[in-house]
Amino acid sequence: MALIDAQRELLKKELDDIRQAGLFKEERIICAPQGSEIEVSFPIGSEEKRVINMCANNYLGLSSHPDVVEAARKGLDHRGYGMSSVRFICGTQDIHKQLEDKLTEFLGTEDTILFPSCMDANTGVFEAVLSEEDVMIADRLVHASIVDGIRLAKAQQDTFKHSDMKHLEKKLQLHADKRLRVIITDGSFSMDGDLAKLDRIVELAEKYDAMVFLDDSHASGFIGKTGRGTHEHCGVMGKIDIITTTLGKALGGASGGCVSGRREIVELCRQKARPYLFSNTIAPVVVEGALAVLDLISKTTERRDKLEKNTGFWRKGLIEAGFVIKEGETPIVPVMLFNAKLSQDFAKDLFEEGIYAIGFFFPVVAKGQARIRTQLSAAHEMHHLEKALAAFIKVGKKYGILQKTKQEIIEMYGQ
Amino acid sequence: MSDIKDVILEYVLEEYLEEDDDIEVDYDTPLISGGIVDSFSMVSLKRFLETEYDIRIPDAKATPEAFDSVNKIVALIKEFGVE
Repeated sequence: MALIDAQRELLKKELDDIRQAGLFKEERIICAPQGSEIEVSFPIGSEEKRVINMCANNYLGLSSHPDVVEAARKGLDHRGYGMSSVRFICGTQDIHKQLEDKLTEFLGTEDTILFPSCMDANTGVFEAVLSEEDVMIADRLVHASIVDGIRLAKAQQDTFKHSDMKHLEKKLQLHADKRLRVIITDGSFSMDGDLAKLDRIVELAEKYDAMVFLDDSHASGFIGKTGRGTHEHCGVMGKIDIITTTLGKALGGASGGCVSGRREIVELCRQKARPYLFSNTIAPVVVEGALAVLDLISKTTERRDKLEKNTGFWRKGLIEAGFVIKEGETPIVPVMLFNAKLSQDFAKDLFEEGIYAIGFFFPVVAKGQARIRTQLSAAHEMHHLEKALAAFIKVGKKYGILQKTKQEIIEMYGQ
Repeated sequence: MSDIKDVILEYVLEEYLEEDDDIEVDYDTPLISGGIVDSFSMVSLKRFLETEYDIRIPDAKATPEAFDSVNKIVALIKEFGVE
């Protein structure tokens, strides 16, 4: 027992502080495969309840697709359960190289390296590629994993206001003396669901000799006409120097991520990126599943088209009902409530109505920007969305927020 | 010190607030604990102070607490001889 009572008390106090601040996160136990309808036990130990899932990153509905499950099973039979190794010792199978090649082709890049997760890709890539003489200029709303990656790197760091191209240009001018300048952005921003102005970013990168880094985790597989991502949507395929993305969302939803881009950058990651060098290889079952996903979505755009249709229905329905939403075109649709407690109460009432969605508030989003983040899936059928919309309207009426402006909601509930 | 205060306040408003932000910021408004400046973006504020007043603020002194309001920032840079 190394943990003496006094130390335990310190840790307990920290946990109590988190509870008192209303920031304590509790897991919901799901007793079913991932899908548009799931069985949830919440609070833990309570009876299972069947609910419509409106908060998964399962954009293409492939997490439990029979072809993907079958491919994973085949992978288990042919290549085993685990590799008990990092990639460069004895953890690289033929299928890992196949998956890297397929991702390169899909994303339209020069080369790809797999990581255990996109979190690992983002925390590894900057340190591997950049030095003290370089600068990283990041959009202020990039994902937390990028923030961690930037902190680990030796290069100087700076930020620009969210999607503010004038501010970005000022920062590029300010850092004109650096060896390398890297503009860092998400493709689709996970909390607001808006898309980066990637065409403008590429223009500025060309004007000021900067590289472009894109985390396309919330876009790969469904943004763009053939689902290649934000770079396809913005007409800049082949012009992004570093793309990181995940296999843990639309592309099967299991785990794994990658860095894809310029050959030299990928090779530097193979030589120097610590999460690649010191973490286990992706399990064969996941690799085979991901290969099947890429096959499926390369053959037809049926699933991303259905997702687009579902997104259109959902956004239109919420606006017509009188909700304040963050407008855009992605399947991430935040319903704005502004007040933290209201977002929690609203989510609780939705759960009672058989709808599973989560309220987000500070520090996950800025103060006064509390919301219910809804996410669409190709696995949703129209009857799911109709039921979910009816529930949102019922709860919205209860709190009197329909047809109210942002200011009116803030006056009613505070920020 | 009012000039320095105003220079810093103006920089904070320009650098960190969005056009549609309806937040009022004065000399004592909590910047970091108030969620206006995240610790990640604090770096540009530090560099602005170093360039504007020709000082070097060691990382150990550039804490979120020391940068938490315009008045606290003024107190910090006074330690480096800025008047």
